[in-house]
Amino acid sequence: MNLLLHIVRQLANAIGLLFAVLVLNFCLIHAAPGDPAMVIAGEMGGASADVIAALRIKYGLDKSLFEQLFTYMSKVVTGDFGFSYYFNEPVVSLILQRIPATLYLVIAALVMSVVIGTLLGVVSARKPNGLFSQGVTVIALAGYAAPVFWTGLMLLLLFGSVWPILPVSGMIDVVRPKTGFAHVLDIIQHLILPSTTLALVFIAQYSRLARVNMIDALTADYVRTARAKGLPETIVIGKHALRNTLIPIVTVAGLQFGHLFAGAVLVETVFSWPGMGRLVFDSILRRDYPTLLAVLFFSAVLVMAANIVTDLVYRLIDPRIRSGAR
Amino acid sequence: MSPIWSSRTWSFRTPVQKCVLGLAVALSVSGAHLAPASADGTVVIGSSQVPRHFNGAVQSGVATAVPSTQIFASPLRYDENWKPQPYLAESWEISADGKSVTLKLVKNAVFHDGKPVTSEDVAFSIMTIKANHPFQTMLAAVDKVDTPDPYTAVIQLKHPHPALLLAMSPALMPILPKHIYGDGQDVKSHPANLKPIGSGPFRLTEYKQGEFYTLEKFDKFFIPGRPKLDKIVVKLISDPNAMLVSLERGDVNALPLISAVRDIERLEKMPNVLVTEKGFAGIGPINWLAFNTKKKPLDDVRVRQAIAFATNRDFIISKLMGGKAAAATSPIAPGSPLDEPGVEMYKLDLAKSQKLLDDAGYPKKADGSRMALTIDYIPGNDEQQRNIAEYLRSQLKKVGINLDVRAASDFPTWAQRVSSFDFDLTMDTVFNWGDPVIGVDRTYLTSNIRKGIIWSNTQQYSNPRVDELLAAAGQETSAEKRKALYSEFQKIVVSDAPIHFINSTPYRNVFSKGLGGLPTTIWGIMSPLDELYWATPPRT
Repeated sequence: MNLLLHIVRQLANAIGLLFAVLVLNFCLIHAAPGDPAMVIAGEMGGASADVIAALRIKYGLDKSLFEQLFTYMSKVVTGDFGFSYYFNEPVVSLILQRIPATLYLVIAALVMSVVIGTLLGVVSARKPNGLFSQGVTVIALAGYAAPVFWTGLMLLLLFGSVWPILPVSGMIDVVRPKTGFAHVLDIIQHLILPSTTLALVFIAQYSRLARVNMIDALTADYVRTARAKGLPETIVIGKHALRNTLIPIVTVAGLQFGHLFAGAVLVETVFSWPGMGRLVFDSILRRDYPTLLAVLFFSAVLVMAANIVTDLVYRLIDPRIRSGAR
Repeated sequence: MSPIWSSRTWSFRTPVQKCVLGLAVALSVSGAHLAPASADGTVVIGSSQVPRHFNGAVQSGVATAVPSTQIFASPLRYDENWKPQPYLAESWEISADGKSVTLKLVKNAVFHDGKPVTSEDVAFSIMTIKANHPFQTMLAAVDKVDTPDPYTAVIQLKHPHPALLLAMSPALMPILPKHIYGDGQDVKSHPANLKPIGSGPFRLTEYKQGEFYTLEKFDKFFIPGRPKLDKIVVKLISDPNAMLVSLERGDVNALPLISAVRDIERLEKMPNVLVTEKGFAGIGPINWLAFNTKKKPLDDVRVRQAIAFATNRDFIISKLMGGKAAAATSPIAPGSPLDEPGVEMYKLDLAKSQKLLDDAGYPKKADGSRMALTIDYIPGNDEQQRNIAEYLRSQLKKVGINLDVRAASDFPTWAQRVSSFDFDLTMDTVFNWGDPVIGVDRTYLTSNIRKGIIWSNTQQYSNPRVDELLAAAGQETSAEKRKALYSEFQKIVVSDAPIHFINSTPYRNVFSKGLGGLPTTIWGIMSPLDELYWATPPRT
């Protein structure tokens, strides 16, 4: 019952936050100079005054900001996120086309960074001053410090040109059949470089986090007890120490879901990955207000959902929270 | 203690481990065929241009024109020498008074849904384009289109309109099926714009938003033996580096409209590609420096001329653009038969520049400066825009002009500033679009000074003689007299210097070696690719 109440409270908070996200984003994007009519005219190579005026009327840009906001909010409440000025499609259908690609990318990067980061952290924690540990620290810091677009470009040139073993753009090979197991493999191949690029930043963070927590755990009494009982080291680390090490990692992973989305904007642009990140990029440049607002809204929904799930997983992992103890 | 990554852990006994092993093997096996993906009969084009839709009748610009010219046929097409060629119209005749043009249509043309192309479709398309296309001057002279029989269309004009023939090019006049677009819906947002039915050599079979679109051969295309390819796939690639690497690897076979000098140099060194500068005469892209002629001190022609004389065009072209661009010296792009070479060239002359500034009443102050100005530029194309603005900052300092380079975060920001006349100087790139009536007049006509409209007369330049010349040349049917009128127009504009013309944008089309029938006409990639074929099939 406690858990149910907790979830209801979280959802209520989320709805309030989403409303704020919508209003704030609406005002911010409309404050940017230029408007969609200008961009459409620009991409047409110029347009007459009548054409531009007609575009502004068509998209309701001739009305006051408050009127536009009111119209937009009243439509959103009914689930209508509008029509993309630029892509000429209902925004929801546009986003539904793009969500899978972003989820593939973000989830692959998340899994990769958590698993590899944790593994590196755990291994280096066993000999904190050893060569491996020092090496992991240096590589982790380099990975964290390098801008994600630079890392992406370097990987693109390395594995696309110097050692051309991986595809460098898009999600599929456009001339191959788009069905069957070969299609799945094709997507995985295309996913390797963008997801690795995105994961590298976070591997650094998780490896540092896992290392510190594992060092703490390995000196704890319960680990000493487990070792005294004669349990194999894999059990001591895998079952006892790792479980406690994972608690902060799960928390951080949930919180970083939003950061992953932010990183996806750049990664998707470098690798032409057809996800929501690239849609955000295109929508900002084209002042495609309905698309941008809807993408930001759905991103906020996903981040909030991730936070709620993290909260629940956190409770599952840590019995102290589950029982309400502090 | 055994390490946690002991060999026992990776003995591939558990189902998960077996899956990992299987996946790794499968990936490595499939990785072996990563090189050229194109099958014989298929060409993959890499492009950063995302089309809003595929209907070129209501949308100009390269992004839509490339697919639209494959999907829709037009009355005429053009060769490399600006000569009109038969297409949907097997013949055309201009009346003696120049006020009507009769088109005789081919009788075997059908739309992709099997319905015949008739004069009704031509008449409907012309009036739709007149009402909806962003280039309003293009068909403004059209009064009506008569259809005496299903294969004859007579375009009636309010006055002679020599630009009409160029306006009948594939990029500007796609013939739409009246039975689809004539249903009363707004043609600009018609659902068929994303699922187009045309009568061109290819039909759109798949569009994955933001990823690619596929054009497949139309078996009933009215020109026998065409198109030669089975399929064209346009892959949308946002990053220029990824685009080049994709071509290098053979993932794509063509890259249209490359203009970055470093990319061109890199591509020219690739052994397996052909780089061509043909195919842009119709577009006529000019990179220029524009002045706000209504703002002090730029309202004085001597100040504008002084800036032109202080600018070293040769340096910009040879050093900043690696010699890849051609000089542009007038409002009409080099390569056009109407380009006038005998204009003031504004060769670098710092002494003359200083004298003009002195004469204009801007002597040097004690600190050596005369005035402070700002310069804007279109973001995103550093070589053609930002680098020149930065160069001008140091160059104009030599004559006492302190130039502040003002960056814009994106195109709308820049466009907002320029179209609201909130600028001193700005770099800009503008297309001629074939005929001056279509793409040149808009920049110089007094009647086209319109606040809020980008690529109108944002310089606020006004010269009654120029207005007269453009009006006369737009209706002049004698090619010789027309050229003379445009010649005078160019000399006046260059002398008045509302704009200092710098270079023709160094566009290149890049193709994999082995491709034949390349699009080298005046419209290049914005024309039907029905002759493109694999002379030497790609490796598979």
